[in-house]
Amino acid sequence: MTQTPGFDYLVVGAFVLFGIFFVAATVAVSNLLSPKGTHPPGMYEPYECGVEPVGPPWVQFRVGYYVYALLFVVFDIETVFLYPWAVAFNKMGAFILVEMVIFIGILAAGLAYAWKEGALKWR
Amino acid sequence: MSPTLAIIIRLLAILILMLTNGVMMIYMLRKVLGHLHIRLGPVHVGPYGLLQTPMDVLKLLTKEDITPRAVDKWLFFLAPAVVAVPSLMAYAALPFGDGLAAVGLETGLLFTFAVLSIVPIGILMAGWASANKWSLLGGMRAAAQQIAYEVPLLLSVLPAVMIAGTMSLGGIVEAQSGTWLAVIPRWFITNPLLWPTFLIFAIAGLVELNQTPFDLSEGESEIVAGFASEYSAMKFGLMFLAEFSNQFVLSALGVTLFFGGWMLPWAPMSWYEAVPVLAPAVFITKTYIGIFVMMWIRGTFPRVRIDQLMDLGWKRLIPAALFLIVLTGVIHKVVV
Repeated sequence: MTQTPGFDYLVVGAFVLFGIFFVAATVAVSNLLSPKGTHPPGMYEPYECGVEPVGPPWVQFRVGYYVYALLFVVFDIETVFLYPWAVAFNKMGAFILVEMVIFIGILAAGLAYAWKEGALKWR
Repeated sequence: MSPTLAIIIRLLAILILMLTNGVMMIYMLRKVLGHLHIRLGPVHVGPYGLLQTPMDVLKLLTKEDITPRAVDKWLFFLAPAVVAVPSLMAYAALPFGDGLAAVGLETGLLFTFAVLSIVPIGILMAGWASANKWSLLGGMRAAAQQIAYEVPLLLSVLPAVMIAGTMSLGGIVEAQSGTWLAVIPRWFITNPLLWPTFLIFAIAGLVELNQTPFDLSEGESEIVAGFASEYSAMKFGLMFLAEFSNQFVLSALGVTLFFGGWMLPWAPMSWYEAVPVLAPAVFITKTYIGIFVMMWIRGTFPRVRIDQLMDLGWKRLIPAALFLIVLTGVIHKVVV
């Protein structure tokens, strides 16, 4: 089944289009089959356990979420660098290990700093 | 066979697999949880309640699709697609046999993780668009926990990639063929160096899937149904189909990375050539065993708190995963 790499990504593209088509088709079929036009009072209100919503729905949330998001960006980029390294690991000499220990060391120091500064504390 | 036909056959095969998985897994979940709770689960519709889930799909199709007044309409409609499309794509690179994948990508492992990491965006969209405080909380929690555990999940599989020397899922399975000392199959799970790796993978995987004990984003006893509170009819159905299908994909990744993929222990290659359905059957059976273990965990553990969850991820699993990468590297370069 191995064809050219171009063909592989064509299949991936086909998966995206087919997925969108599938979602659209199911929602459309559901709309054709389902009943419509019932409007009992309160049916289109947000469901907050039967109590009428108080205030706007888009409330403020904890700043902690942003801190974690920033840390995530750093570490996710790191993993992207680590993957090609792991693939090449067996084919290269010991220097590849030393290089990666330095790289991981810098990141671990960064994590330790964030930890010390309290960025990892849920508040 | 013309390329177009080949693509269509693959797409349909994967879609049928995804839908069958959804129906099978919901039935299995009810039965397994039922018996864990010392009750029977579905019994009335069809023999052994087998027709319960197909009937539920029909019910979802014929339910009124309610769009609450206050929602952000565009995001509310887009969210189910952003959740469901990647979970269909995540099947693409799975190796169901020797060279038997919809796409034999060289970067299969990274591709699957990348596609699965789109799902939290959809969940956050759903939570935000619903104009409901429970949904917003659920969406934020889902985003926070899924990005926190994305990092240990990605890092935890690196030792396996280092040993296999490839990111292609088929290649990783091939690296596990043969036996140690002519007895123990050379699956990565039989390598003691990879046991902590597997543990991190399993925990981070459960969090990525929003599975109990890490189902904070739904938390039905706290925030109704979290990000899915305002969804009804088939939009709700699609989100849950995606959730179950992601569970299958992650279990399949675990099987591929640690349990020898489509291979049986000690079986010669000629068996798979003689019986073409053997490899996919073995792969899917192993995957369902993984799913059963997840359901078992779901029926047994209480939910964790979000601060506990974040601490475990950032302060334990990420340092541990980084250390394991260095340890694997040192052992392979210095000792062996």
